[in-house]
Amino acid sequence: MNATQRRRLLLNRAILILSTVAAVIGLVFLFWILTTLLIKGLDSIHWRIFTHDLVEKGLRNLIVGQMILAGVASLIGVPLGLLAGIYLREYGLNSAFARFIRNLSDVMMSAPSIVIGVFIYGILVAPVGGFNGWAGSVALAIMMIPIVVSTTDSMLSLVPQELREAGIALGASKAQVILTIVLKAAKIGLVTGILLAFARVVGETAPLLFTSANNDYFTLNMNQQFPSLTVSIYQLATFPDKPSQDLAWAGSVILTALVLLINLTTRYIFRKRKSK
Amino acid sequence: MNLAMETKEFYFTYAGAEAPTLKGIDMPIYANKVTALIGPSGCGKSTLLRSWNRIHDVYPGNRYEGEILLYDKEGNEENILSYSKEDELIRLRQRVGMIFQKPTPFPMSIYDNIAYGLRLAGIKNRSELDGRVEKALKGAAIWNEVKDRLKQSAMGLSGGQQQRLCIARAVALKPELLLFDEPTSALDPISTGAIEELVTELKEEVTIAIVTHNMQQASRVSDYTAFMYLGDLIEFGKTEKIFVNPKEKLTEEYITGRFG
Repeated sequence: MNATQRRRLLLNRAILILSTVAAVIGLVFLFWILTTLLIKGLDSIHWRIFTHDLVEKGLRNLIVGQMILAGVASLIGVPLGLLAGIYLREYGLNSAFARFIRNLSDVMMSAPSIVIGVFIYGILVAPVGGFNGWAGSVALAIMMIPIVVSTTDSMLSLVPQELREAGIALGASKAQVILTIVLKAAKIGLVTGILLAFARVVGETAPLLFTSANNDYFTLNMNQQFPSLTVSIYQLATFPDKPSQDLAWAGSVILTALVLLINLTTRYIFRKRKSK
Repeated sequence: MNLAMETKEFYFTYAGAEAPTLKGIDMPIYANKVTALIGPSGCGKSTLLRSWNRIHDVYPGNRYEGEILLYDKEGNEENILSYSKEDELIRLRQRVGMIFQKPTPFPMSIYDNIAYGLRLAGIKNRSELDGRVEKALKGAAIWNEVKDRLKQSAMGLSGGQQQRLCIARAVALKPELLLFDEPTSALDPISTGAIEELVTELKEEVTIAIVTHNMQQASRVSDYTAFMYLGDLIEFGKTEKIFVNPKEKLTEEYITGRFG
């Protein structure tokens, strides 16, 4: 073995060790978080927290509220994101305007969520005179749109161009091709993107702090302050008493389980399509 | 002999390109015959084929010049390059069908694949749809293989079956002219044989133009052959004439495999 070969082998080994160590460090923190959560949180989970509201030291109204906030955000964000993604891939392509929108959307994806919260405070909270559920959902929707735009854009780009041409060649109009062929072909990818976007916003706190705030009582009225699990975790964790802190841990476990469940479902759907 | 289509002084320029890709093409397509387009890669044969149903219009900025006349059964002609409205183009594509290099089944059932174009053409009646679907699948020699699974996804068919499904889908619209863009280059020899046989059968009903890289295929299936080179039509004539006794030296060199 000459010197060059020895150096290559050494370099190979060094890179392998470094990347393994980096991977292990990353995983250690993930498991640390999960085990801490489970140890501290599982004890505090009783059936009664699912049947009582925050005012009675339960989480029912918070879980329902969080899902409604994210659900309404999806009703606003998903159609807008899908339509914008369709525009980018099917109509705008590489025009200057489409490139501008694509860049803007990428920038929006990394916009600090607290800034989005403050912005919504300025246009939907201050003018109407109080925190309300709608403002929270709109803030979450703004976070969802760029995610949905970007996944839609890339999922549609995976649909072979020949499929569009084949539709046109059978006498379909462009809109018919998009609606009846392209979206169908990209369906699984689009659903995956929507679920991931939902999972992304369902655990957000910052955009809700100044918008929907929180509510100790059960409510479905989005004109009022609206109950939120994440905001409650933030508030409960800062209380000095043990029951409040335990409730915060319980909420954290439930939230993590929820996000994990959505992520796993998404992976399952995606893998099922691939194996087909 | 009746004309199905006639291309006159035709120039085609891709969006953003300065020089035209096709430079003054003049050639007829005879009704109920198979016309093969051959030539080395980049000679413009697919570009020409894709002009005949104006599929280039899917992408903005391409330029057509000259005339492409489409004849109906009575001999009335229309210049398809004069079409500008979407419904004129839709009508054109119902009259001039296309089969692509890779099979392009839609992500839906076998039945719905065939019915797709028919529904677009306004056929809603269930029994009429059933009849047309069956006739098309029989016409494309795939009926026996799929008749028991019409409701299953077309994505589960083999490559060769998918390509015959696409032919059935095009045939269902009863086009006057069918354009094949290298329809067998993604298929195995047995599937290729089935498609070639189908092409020969189909010409009873419909005029066919086929782009192929495979010269044996051109000689097997076609009645007329056009040899193209660098955007020019070098020679057009009866297939046996082109292959046995070509007029142009360039044609002879290509056919005998000296280049390309």
